[in-house]
Amino acid sequence: MSKIERRRRIEARLGGRHRRERWFRLLGITAVGLALSFLVLILANLVGEGASAFTQSKLDLPIRYEVTASPTGGAPDVRYPDVDYDALVLDALAGLLAVEPDRQMRRELRQLVSIDAGFVVRDSLGSAEQAPGARLTVTVPASSNVDMLVKGQLDRSLPAVQRPLSDRQIAWVDTLRDSGVLVRRFNTALFTNGDSREPELAGIRGAVVGSFYMLAVTLLLAFPIGVATAVYLEEFAPRNRWADVVEISINNLAAVPSIVFGLLGLAVFIDWLGFPRSAPLVGGFVLALLTLPVVIISSRAAIRGVPGSIREAALGVGASRMQVVMDHVLPLALPGVLTGTIIGMSRALGETAPLLMIGMVAFIVDVPTGLGDPATALPVQIYLWSDSPERAFAERTSAAILVLLGFLLLMNLLAVLIRRRVENK
Amino acid sequence: MKHSVITTQSSMPSPRRLLSLALLVFALSPLAANAQSGRDYVYIVGSSTVYPFATIVAERFGRGSAYRTPKVESTGSGGGFKLFCDGIGVDYPDISNSSRAIKSTELEACRSNGVVDIIELKIGYDGIVFASALSAPDVMLTTADIYHALAKELPGSEPGSLVANPNRRWADIRDGLPAHRIEVLGPPPTSGTRDEFVEIAMGEGCRQVPWIAALETSEPSRFRAICHTIREDGAFIETGENDNLIVQKLEANPRAFGIFGFSFLDQNTDKVKGAGIDGVKPGFEAIADGRYPVSRPLYFYVKKDHVATIPGLRAFLAELTSERTLGEDGYLVDRGLIPMPVAERRLEADNARTLTSLSLARE
Repeated sequence: MSKIERRRRIEARLGGRHRRERWFRLLGITAVGLALSFLVLILANLVGEGASAFTQSKLDLPIRYEVTASPTGGAPDVRYPDVDYDALVLDALAGLLAVEPDRQMRRELRQLVSIDAGFVVRDSLGSAEQAPGARLTVTVPASSNVDMLVKGQLDRSLPAVQRPLSDRQIAWVDTLRDSGVLVRRFNTALFTNGDSREPELAGIRGAVVGSFYMLAVTLLLAFPIGVATAVYLEEFAPRNRWADVVEISINNLAAVPSIVFGLLGLAVFIDWLGFPRSAPLVGGFVLALLTLPVVIISSRAAIRGVPGSIREAALGVGASRMQVVMDHVLPLALPGVLTGTIIGMSRALGETAPLLMIGMVAFIVDVPTGLGDPATALPVQIYLWSDSPERAFAERTSAAILVLLGFLLLMNLLAVLIRRRVENK
Repeated sequence: MKHSVITTQSSMPSPRRLLSLALLVFALSPLAANAQSGRDYVYIVGSSTVYPFATIVAERFGRGSAYRTPKVESTGSGGGFKLFCDGIGVDYPDISNSSRAIKSTELEACRSNGVVDIIELKIGYDGIVFASALSAPDVMLTTADIYHALAKELPGSEPGSLVANPNRRWADIRDGLPAHRIEVLGPPPTSGTRDEFVEIAMGEGCRQVPWIAALETSEPSRFRAICHTIREDGAFIETGENDNLIVQKLEANPRAFGIFGFSFLDQNTDKVKGAGIDGVKPGFEAIADGRYPVSRPLYFYVKKDHVATIPGLRAFLAELTSERTLGEDGYLVDRGLIPMPVAERRLEADNARTLTSLSLARE
């Protein structure tokens, strides 16, 4: 075969090889593009649905109150429980709308404000030093139906029987909005309140605190146990059939569906050891079992990545094996260990299924104050809201998902930052 | 060696500190477990249908009283009774709510675990609706139509024979029904809503076939197998317990029907509407006076022995049975509960006050 002949053959094949490479690249880009577009689609959908939940319609009501002497003969007390605070709210509304309400109208007026309005008024009157007969402007949340109307999520062209608000109520809402009494403000309740069945009062604080307690327990258990296991298996354990069995078991555990860990937690921690149901402590135990395999596998990989020359050098200058591990191997493996731990933790943050078995899927209003208090978690809150009949929970569900995604993003960002920081040292 | 001491101190404190913290958690965990022994809140489990009502009462009670807000777990009626009947004491629920009456097997399970005195409180009714999108044409169905649309097997040409349900379109059942395919979205078999729907709507339609109706007394298990088995050929689509999902799917597909509780219809009247059954549309009055055929009572079951030990339980029962909760203008009625007649409400309030337990009440 002549040189020219060979060259021609190579050139003939070259076009095909280049074409194949271009195809492969194109496929790769399409795959990445597809994945990204799904992500963008999901995010856009969530933001589109949930953004409105970060604001809430509120009413600035001029409350006029007469302080009556308390029947016990003591000093006048605006907090005296016989004061009908709901009536104060209704009077303020009727005054603003210039109507003389009969019984039916009072009922319709009451449906404009949240049922919490009376309590808000009670609390602000109690804390304010006011002269009798004075006016005090109190900001109360509007009811969720009014909120939906203001946000345009209620079709006002429908016949009145198919709407939760009557024609008269819609006219009132428009009047109040035009006069600047009804305004959309930042929805602080979403972040400061626990769960509620009234959408305008429902918040994620209880769930966030519950998730925090659980993750704290998970971290305190999974990190030391996981790292110790990984160190022992990599640095001290003899290589034999038992080590293989342990390794296969750990890899299998990492793939076990999370609900199985929930069942295990129910059987062991609640039924056998007698821990309370719905407690973040038990939730943390279960999630620790779930994250342990992830921590062990990633820590082992990180420890294996430390060059053998470092161990040999340390042993060579007379360090014990313990000193080698503690002073040289672990510090070098730390970035990988921490990354694995944080990724395991973010997986634990998103879990719902095992929590179902241990009673954390529950309606809990009070924000938990300890590891034994009943609590829910953020993903559970999302699940519970998505199943609520009240319309306004739909946007709050999306908002809670956005918050959960925010936390996940933060944790993964933290993993990257820690890795950078420790690697640079 | 000096060097190694320094690195030990500078690089390793965090894992060590974490380890000691972990030990601390272990040491403290019995304390957390003991916290349960002084449970100071009411613990409620049970039906996902009653959950929206139970949670509202719990929240009002928590805000309006000095007691803590009760914890409400949604476990399904059957799962609720299982937890409830496990024993007496702070580790076990005080109340189990249910969208059906407690079964005798469940009462037996309760008794064998020492749960003997149980107070039964009826709080009102819930209708089950057969709904479609607002844009769909109005439909009037009979319970016989529903049975012929959803049963797995239908009676054949001679008494005693059964054939696989041949109906593909609504119009196959009888003239006057829409010509499109039968598509019904409904809850899974674990749901109390489905139990009741199958029993009332399909059972009633089934009884109109004379030889099957005769089976009800002679061979009750065969009667149930024939009347209460839903077809599995795709006409009935199980959609999980999420009723909002069914509402969404109905909006997207005006040809489909969905089965869910009246409270969801009540909250979504701008999206879906209920089909009339046996000539009656699902509505507040129609369910309350019993004209609408598919409705069921909702119950709370309370452990009498817990009333003395759990703070707030007695007060919670008073709140639950009060007029402002269950009455015609009560706040549960605003959320779609169908109130009982006033005499029945008084009776339930009396039962809650005097703690009349089930066995005594039934005898």
